Amino acid sequence: MNPLDELKIALTRRQFFGRTATGIGATALASLLDESASGSPATAVAGLGPKPHFPPRAKRIIYLFMHGGPSQMDLFDYKPGLAARHGEDLPASVRMNQRLTTMSSRQTTLPVAPSPFKFAQHGRSGAWMSELLPKLGTVADDLCIVRSVETEAINHDPAVTFLQTGHQQPGRPSFGAWLSYGLGSENRDLPAFVVLTSRGSAISPADPLYARLWGAGFLPSNHQGVSFRSSGDPVLYLSNPEGVADDDRRRVLDTLAELNGKQHAATLDPEIDTRIKQYEMAYRMQSSVPELTDTRGETAETFDLYGPDARTPGTFAANCLLARRLAERGVRFIQLYHRGWDQHYNLPSNVRLQAGDVDQPCAALITDLKRRGLLDDTLVVWGGEFGRTTYSQGKLTATNFGRDHHPRCFTMWMAGGGIRPGTTYGETDDYCYNVVRDGVHVHDLNATLLRCLGIDHTRLVFKFQGRRYRLTDVHGKVVERILV
Amino acid sequence: MTAASFAGEPQQQPRLSFNRDIRPILSDKCFRCHGPDAAHREADLRLDRREDAVSPKPACRAIVPGKPAESEVYRRISAKHADERMPPAESQLELTAVEIELVRRWIEEGAEYQPHWAFIPPREEPIPQVKQRGWPRGPIDHFILAELESRGMKPSAEAWRETLIRRLSLDLSGLPPTPEEIDAFVADRSADAYEKLVDRLLDSPRYGERLALEWLDAARYADTNGYYYDSPRHSWPWRDWVIAAFNKNMPFDRFTVEQLAGDLLPDARNDDRIATGFNRNHMVTNESGVIDEEYRTGYVVDRVDTTTTVWLGLTVGCARCHDHKYDPVSQREYYELFACFNTVEEKGLVKDTAGPPPLLSLPTSEQKQQLAELSEKCKACEAESKAGISELKKAIAVWEKTLLAKLEPPAVDGLAAHFDFEERSEDRGPDALPSNVVGTIDYADGVSGRAATFDATQYVEFDGLKLERTQPFTIATWLKNGSLPSTCIVSKMASTADARGFEITWYKSQPRVHLVHTWGHQAIEIVAEQSFAGRGLWKQLVVTYDGNGKAAGLKLYVDGKPQRVKVRRDTLDGSMATDEPWRIAWKGMGIGYEGGMDELRLYDRALSAAEIDAIYWRDMLGGAIALPVAKRCTQQRDQLEGYYIEHEGTDEQRKLAAELASLREQEATLKSEVISAPVMHEMESPRETHLLVRGQYDQPGDEVQPGVPAALGMWPADEPRNRLGLARWLVSPQNPLAARVTVNRYWQLMFGEGLVRTANDFGLQGELPTHPELLDWLAVDFQRHGWDVKRLLRWIVTSATYRQASSLTPKLLAADPDNRLLARGPRYRLAAELIRDQALAASGLLVARIGGPSVRPYQPPGIWEAVSYNGDQTYVQDHGEALYRRSLYTFWKRQAPPPMTLAFDGPTREICTVRRARTNTPLQALVLLNDVTYIEAARNLAQRMMQASSEATGCVGYGFRRATGRLPSDDEAAALVRLYEHERTAYRGRQEAIEKLLAAGESPVDAALERTELAAWTMVASVLLNLDETVTQH
Repeated sequence: MNPLDELKIALTRRQFFGRTATGIGATALASLLDESASGSPATAVAGLGPKPHFPPRAKRIIYLFMHGGPSQMDLFDYKPGLAARHGEDLPASVRMNQRLTTMSSRQTTLPVAPSPFKFAQHGRSGAWMSELLPKLGTVADDLCIVRSVETEAINHDPAVTFLQTGHQQPGRPSFGAWLSYGLGSENRDLPAFVVLTSRGSAISPADPLYARLWGAGFLPSNHQGVSFRSSGDPVLYLSNPEGVADDDRRRVLDTLAELNGKQHAATLDPEIDTRIKQYEMAYRMQSSVPELTDTRGETAETFDLYGPDARTPGTFAANCLLARRLAERGVRFIQLYHRGWDQHYNLPSNVRLQAGDVDQPCAALITDLKRRGLLDDTLVVWGGEFGRTTYSQGKLTATNFGRDHHPRCFTMWMAGGGIRPGTTYGETDDYCYNVVRDGVHVHDLNATLLRCLGIDHTRLVFKFQGRRYRLTDVHGKVVERILV
Repeated sequence: MTAASFAGEPQQQPRLSFNRDIRPILSDKCFRCHGPDAAHREADLRLDRREDAVSPKPACRAIVPGKPAESEVYRRISAKHADERMPPAESQLELTAVEIELVRRWIEEGAEYQPHWAFIPPREEPIPQVKQRGWPRGPIDHFILAELESRGMKPSAEAWRETLIRRLSLDLSGLPPTPEEIDAFVADRSADAYEKLVDRLLDSPRYGERLALEWLDAARYADTNGYYYDSPRHSWPWRDWVIAAFNKNMPFDRFTVEQLAGDLLPDARNDDRIATGFNRNHMVTNESGVIDEEYRTGYVVDRVDTTTTVWLGLTVGCARCHDHKYDPVSQREYYELFACFNTVEEKGLVKDTAGPPPLLSLPTSEQKQQLAELSEKCKACEAESKAGISELKKAIAVWEKTLLAKLEPPAVDGLAAHFDFEERSEDRGPDALPSNVVGTIDYADGVSGRAATFDATQYVEFDGLKLERTQPFTIATWLKNGSLPSTCIVSKMASTADARGFEITWYKSQPRVHLVHTWGHQAIEIVAEQSFAGRGLWKQLVVTYDGNGKAAGLKLYVDGKPQRVKVRRDTLDGSMATDEPWRIAWKGMGIGYEGGMDELRLYDRALSAAEIDAIYWRDMLGGAIALPVAKRCTQQRDQLEGYYIEHEGTDEQRKLAAELASLREQEATLKSEVISAPVMHEMESPRETHLLVRGQYDQPGDEVQPGVPAALGMWPADEPRNRLGLARWLVSPQNPLAARVTVNRYWQLMFGEGLVRTANDFGLQGELPTHPELLDWLAVDFQRHGWDVKRLLRWIVTSATYRQASSLTPKLLAADPDNRLLARGPRYRLAAELIRDQALAASGLLVARIGGPSVRPYQPPGIWEAVSYNGDQTYVQDHGEALYRRSLYTFWKRQAPPPMTLAFDGPTREICTVRRARTNTPLQALVLLNDVTYIEAARNLAQRMMQASSEATGCVGYGFRRATGRLPSDDEAAALVRLYEHERTAYRGRQEAIEKLLAAGESPVDAALERTELAAWTMVASVLLNLDETVTQH
């Protein structure tokens, strides 16, 4: 081709596609929920371009978000040496003048509160876990426990937003939205990004959630998470109105398709064609979603595996079972939130209740995924927005205390989908206050999770307001050593 | 500069344009490391300025004009070896062969730079000549047509009149035309029929609502605070100000100055202050434990980001932490803008329930009148009593010396503990029990001596009286409660699920008492019938229990008087004993008390009403007379005077005093009902602004003064160095951006896309305008003619360009799928709010009232509970007219925005948005098919269809026209009639289904209509509201 012609074509393409404000059209980011006329039909790769950056180990993520900040030293990060230091003031050499929340910064002392729980090693890997997680111990060899996660925010709202969007202030897309944008969906009848919420058993207030946590930020809004509900319609507006039978609905849709088809023929607007398809998908969702959420076909053995709560919709156990069903159906990002981990006071009794909510369902989810061959390509992630302080917030007694927020070190675990099983990674100091080895910053964590899905976190970008944005901002190092 | 590189190319190879051809490449691929950001610049090489790029360096020259082969830039971008090639692999950026060739040619042509187009003030562009002379209706059309002709294209034919009136009505009023309006326009054969229609729509009050909607997104307007609890605020007076300003056609420059700095205008009126709510619409937090300055800094950042996005079309946010990587905004300049917004009298942690201060109190005219009347009456009453005031004061001064002796002291019989909070929180009762103070408690003046001040994180524990079901007791204390809606005053309760024990809580201004064996099964619960808003006064609260295990034995007193209570639970057979300590200002599950507390007494018996009254007066009056007169607070003075008059005064004094007290009570109640709106208000002594190192709130660098980025202009010499000066500069001819950015946003509002498609980015990384000369022509016209928005919109909508049909042809689709050249009319899906408003209008449900508090139409249950703090917040749906107001009045909770709006690409309103995405999803189909809003609208539209005609085709014609603005074709009508006939058959005999369908929504069903027919027509109307044509602007 004549170089001049080539130049003209390239310029034309840039004008038409390359510099659009939202990037739609440029990348053909056709997720299932937006078979936009300007994009190509749903494909395995959308925002990424023709092929993933690395061979993907995982196809989807189940993110078990422990909202409020679970106490790492009462669950995973065993510090036997602290027993002898009960009530001692946290040494300044350990605290190093790091900032505290104003809830404990006015305390005259910061008395060390050793964990009252017994710890034991589990599995061949010998992973340490406290007595609060007996069932999880049975799948220890499937887990990679990272004890050295670090974050930057010290309060709930910015910390949850940071972990889920890579930025403390609102406005960025959430992890699930990035994946929906980057990878699209594997299922034509379900959304790519689904959210399930549950309330914990702790006798303490549950911190709030926000639509932004599953929002699309500046990505097109079809990438936002769809929140499934435990009562009423599982998806908002899913059911036909009362008094409208399936036959009525079918006739309405047929007439609608006929009229929209005429309009398409008259105007040639490709969006009409897309809309006709979306109405058909809505119709399919009316059966695929209830089929998904109807767990009556699950065996008694399966219910027993997930525990007694699994039969009660809206519990964490029931949500774990749903998560497996969503994973089976190829949903890309399954986000669970379990609230109630904010143990400023009465930690011993409340963390026991919270752990009781999640121990068996988490173990069951891993077991269930594994026996169905799904754990190989499903990445399960467990953790909260920060950890908790080694010192007591409020009064420390022999049996009772609380813990404030602690961003400098906390524990998360992962399983499946490309993560090295049976590993414990990272180390904190004797007080469980600072990371001393192999710190994993939130951006590193997110970079690593993306890698499992075959994505180079520096290349999953979206240009908005002149800047190329990433989930990991301008940071993030993949933690190679926890990958298979 | 032209958009010369579109399809249908001009013939010869023109000289390259730096702005069009080269800067996009350099900016996108090179400036990150070789641009304005000094701190991250590599190899000390800067390519964004010619003098740097061509200046000789020791080793080589980056650019040698005319000689690509000698230019290091060209050598590196065309290098074969990866380690030599630029950009480096790790940047994830690449230059294409075409781009490399362009750079080569540009260097060869002399490597001329041009200033960025958007940073040069717009020039008055000559109106281009066109061949098809008959087509243009105004200047806009010359620009559009010239471009089309240059590539051998033709504009589309004018749209049908039905289409035009619908397009215009939706664009200018946000509502569809009525059939009568359509008929009138179609029948109007006068030459200026179209212009008359435009004027009618621009003059309609609906116009202001329509334009406000777009502005609310930009201004991140919402009805809640956003962070954490996401509590409500009263921002709507600002929203109503915006509607009124558009309806008055306030010039956009004044619109700007009032919103950014109305409070700083000489003789600022209330309205000017309300306008400044624009920059108070940002989110605020109430999360305990946050560091105040961190959040306060965030609020200022939000104002800078919003203001620069809206008026400059630039996102300067990058420069918060380092010099901007693409645009010429240094970090220092960022903080000069920051300084303009940094001196507001505000705080980071906002616990105030009225809204985030500073607040402007806004009584309604009715309230104003009532307040004035009350104030008059108070004055009259005071004047009457004033006659004897000096005698009264003298008399009191003598009398109070003997008062203490006459007042009965608080009972000591059975006193188990007494905390007087005299700078210490310990038991001063007869047994002096040991107590444990958690946290640092502050002290302030109280009712009697000093009092404790809690902020919901400190508390006092002590082991005292053992509680049991059979143990009588009394708790008496004084409170000056703060803003937290849910607090605990005192407890002795286990923090397990059983919650065994006792507590007094304060929930939304109502005291509650719980005696519990097992919560949920065995407990007594009483709640005061009345609520007690503190209003900054001390209130005495007393609870007595007689030990009989019945709610009737539990009594509540406020200010010495017994209160009526609601008994919520009354089953307590088991024990309420617990080993938990008594906790003052706390319950174990982590709920504290916020506010003042004084003189807490615990008795092991139920005190009598007389004893409680005695404690009230002794504490109150004893506390007052212990102080010199000047140090007594108003409450103490009033109480002392009242007591004197009650006991020693004349009948007349008593009558007057009672009247005055009642008037003051009414006044206080009324005042507490007056709403307050967040506004801008400067501090008495402004805080200094420092550059923040890496953007960190706690790392101040050099002090800076208000300023504007040098690349955009100079601070006007005669303007003050504050927000007002900034606002005036923004809309001065010296600012190259505001007029262009604004004109572009209104173009976007009318055409669905801007002339610059990146409406939020006019910087180096933004898209180039499709029609730069037209943009400048419009910007200059806008500036010269008083920033007149209606004039601008009139230019746009009366153009032949706007009036084109929007249908595509295969040729158009292939040549210009995004309609950048505007060879056809606009065509895009309507915004969420317009879709709902149209359904309400078509069905006759719409209530057209302007303004007022936000309303809560239908919403599926459980949405707020699923996300709110502790599930505490519940969406309480309104009834009646509030269900049918225009969507811009729907209550906007940021944590959980209206679900229909979210489904149709609405933003969360957490940050400024000047461009919404448009997606096409199945969730949208579900909303329109199943949401009660649309089923009710369908039923009402069906009623109108049945009322309009007795023939099926007549019904269909009427409904179709209501939804789409046109009559259906025979085919279309036939399809809808078929559906009607099918549904009529299908519903026959399904009585229950019919009733359920017709019961959707709260509007009455027209009883005169046959119900099977109505059900069938409702299905037809549902199709009409779901048609692509209905939800599409075309």
